[in-house]
Amino acid sequence: MNTKNDSDHQNRSGAVAYWKANIRLVLTLLAIWFAVSFGAGILLVDWLDQFRFAGFRLGFWFAQQGSIYTFVVLVFVYVWRMNRLDREHDVHED
Amino acid sequence: MDVMTWTYLLVGASFALYIGIAVWARAGSTAEYYIAGGGVPPIANGMATAADWMSAASFISMAGLIAFMGRDGSVYLMGWTGGYVLLALLLAPYLRKFGKFTVPDFVGDRYYSQTARMVAVVCAIFVSFTYVAGQMRGVGIVFSRFLEVDITLGVVIGMALVFFYAVLGGMKGITYTQVAQYCVLIFAYMVPAIFISLLLTGNPVPQLGFGSQGADGVYLLDKLDGLVTELGFTAYTAGVKSTIDVFCITLALMVGTAGLPHVIVRFFTVPRVRDARISAGWALLFIAILYTTAPAIATFARVNLIDTVSGQPYAEAPGWIKSWEKTGLIAWEDKNGDAVMQYNAAPDLNEMTIDRDIMVLANPEIAQLPNWVIALVAAGGLAAALSTAAGLLLVISTSISHDLLKKTLMPGITDKQELLFARIAAAVAIGIAGSLGIHPPGFVAQVVAFAFGLAASSFFPAIILGIFWRRMNKEGAIAGMVSGISLTAAYIIYFKFIDPASNVADNWFLGISPEGIGSVGMVVNFGVSFAVAAVTKAPPQTIQELVENIRVPRGAGAAVAH
Repeated sequence: MNTKNDSDHQNRSGAVAYWKANIRLVLTLLAIWFAVSFGAGILLVDWLDQFRFAGFRLGFWFAQQGSIYTFVVLVFVYVWRMNRLDREHDVHED
Repeated sequence: MDVMTWTYLLVGASFALYIGIAVWARAGSTAEYYIAGGGVPPIANGMATAADWMSAASFISMAGLIAFMGRDGSVYLMGWTGGYVLLALLLAPYLRKFGKFTVPDFVGDRYYSQTARMVAVVCAIFVSFTYVAGQMRGVGIVFSRFLEVDITLGVVIGMALVFFYAVLGGMKGITYTQVAQYCVLIFAYMVPAIFISLLLTGNPVPQLGFGSQGADGVYLLDKLDGLVTELGFTAYTAGVKSTIDVFCITLALMVGTAGLPHVIVRFFTVPRVRDARISAGWALLFIAILYTTAPAIATFARVNLIDTVSGQPYAEAPGWIKSWEKTGLIAWEDKNGDAVMQYNAAPDLNEMTIDRDIMVLANPEIAQLPNWVIALVAAGGLAAALSTAAGLLLVISTSISHDLLKKTLMPGITDKQELLFARIAAAVAIGIAGSLGIHPPGFVAQVVAFAFGLAASSFFPAIILGIFWRRMNKEGAIAGMVSGISLTAAYIIYFKFIDPASNVADNWFLGISPEGIGSVGMVVNFGVSFAVAAVTKAPPQTIQELVENIRVPRGAGAAVAH
């Protein structure tokens, strides 16, 4: 690594912490993304179909409705958490 | 008023609106032409992205496909929405911070290589052209059915309109036209769905309606399962595709969505990184409205179709069957000579040939909705096809004027000249797309479905690794893109063109169909990229600093170069 002065070093470690928090958030949300679509909608669909939800077989509902609703919520949660993270780590715009 | 008058009225009014917007939002510079000056508000960008994304295929074909595929149709629903999660979380904010004009721009700069840029340009142009031909065809079909003009004339009218606002307005004109087109298409999609949901289940929300009970107290989906199994089909809520194939197709569509250049470029048009994030959210919300309604329409349409057609005497057939017979989208052949329409899973008993597209286009007629609703579907279909065509044409023209000419062949040209080249390229591209729409080569329809696999196996890993792995270098990226896309293309070409007869599950690699092979191509791309990058030298220090820089939102809009 290059030599750098103290403030540069501080920036660097702040950026590393920000990036780690970002990765943690993204991985959490992607785990849910995977669980509702590939999990509930595909791998477990037949097993879930034994349950009923609002008139639908549950697996079928996840495959054609539930996964999509969850996707929308995931992106808005991501936006909200990232905007907060930007401020906490003082890397936000304006 | 009759359907024809209504159609001319609604289509005419929507076209006048698009032209008005185009005149108001003319582009004056390359920044305005390529990325609308980077000043589009996030909600507007979300709507424009949604209209850009939802093509003639989403509007006209998807619900019909699902109606006949049942649960297997979920691959489209999850695949074409789940990709936006990847786009929002993994790509959009970083590409916005990078702050250039095109996807090849990112690939070329991040991998400090003209070769990588050229690979990206070729992929972008190829993917966009296969896609745009399908849109022009969609325009032609809507014109010929609803306005009873020749398909060729329909395509020419569509070309003239797109020419007017894409060439004049560039990204700026397209974006604001797409906002209007989103409103038209979503209204046109929802109105018949709500009507039919009320008729069949008494519930005005289609998303809830198709899970509710009909007037007879039976759940609609249970009723449909009963109807189709009686006719010899697999139950509607059960699938016939293998789990691994459904998994791979869904993954290929998701990753492909996140790798499509005309979608990615949208996130360059907003002012800040945080706007890129939220506009991905808006886009997905606006898309989800149509995508959660589509499976409801599919269910309603299949129930209605079986009720009105199966076992009914042809002499008493409703008017829509006869009017759509003329277009060749529906056909009846009285095999057993009893003058009754037989609809059955067994080919020797079945007498009905039904095109998938009819389920949306004829749906209002099947449900006997008012004439203005039928006309509305025509305007909506045109909005969907035109908005997507314009977005794709812009990617093609940008790839040529910016990536090929300005960045590679003629670096000395001025902004004005580059803008002129962009407009010429757009005009030429419209001409080619139009002629592909008038004389569609047999392979276009098949290739469109594979554009996703190709995008998944080429762009996506290169962009992801470029952002998330600082050590990723040009050798890895080029080797990964080339191996991923050639493997995917070879598999598709073999099963679709060289030996179509062998295209059955027994011959597929691990039971994965050509539609899903993009997932394997993507994994190969990642693997090759890692391996090659690990044994070749790290990228230059300036590139590693560029990667650090795009990971932090502050400073977007300022120059990135060091």
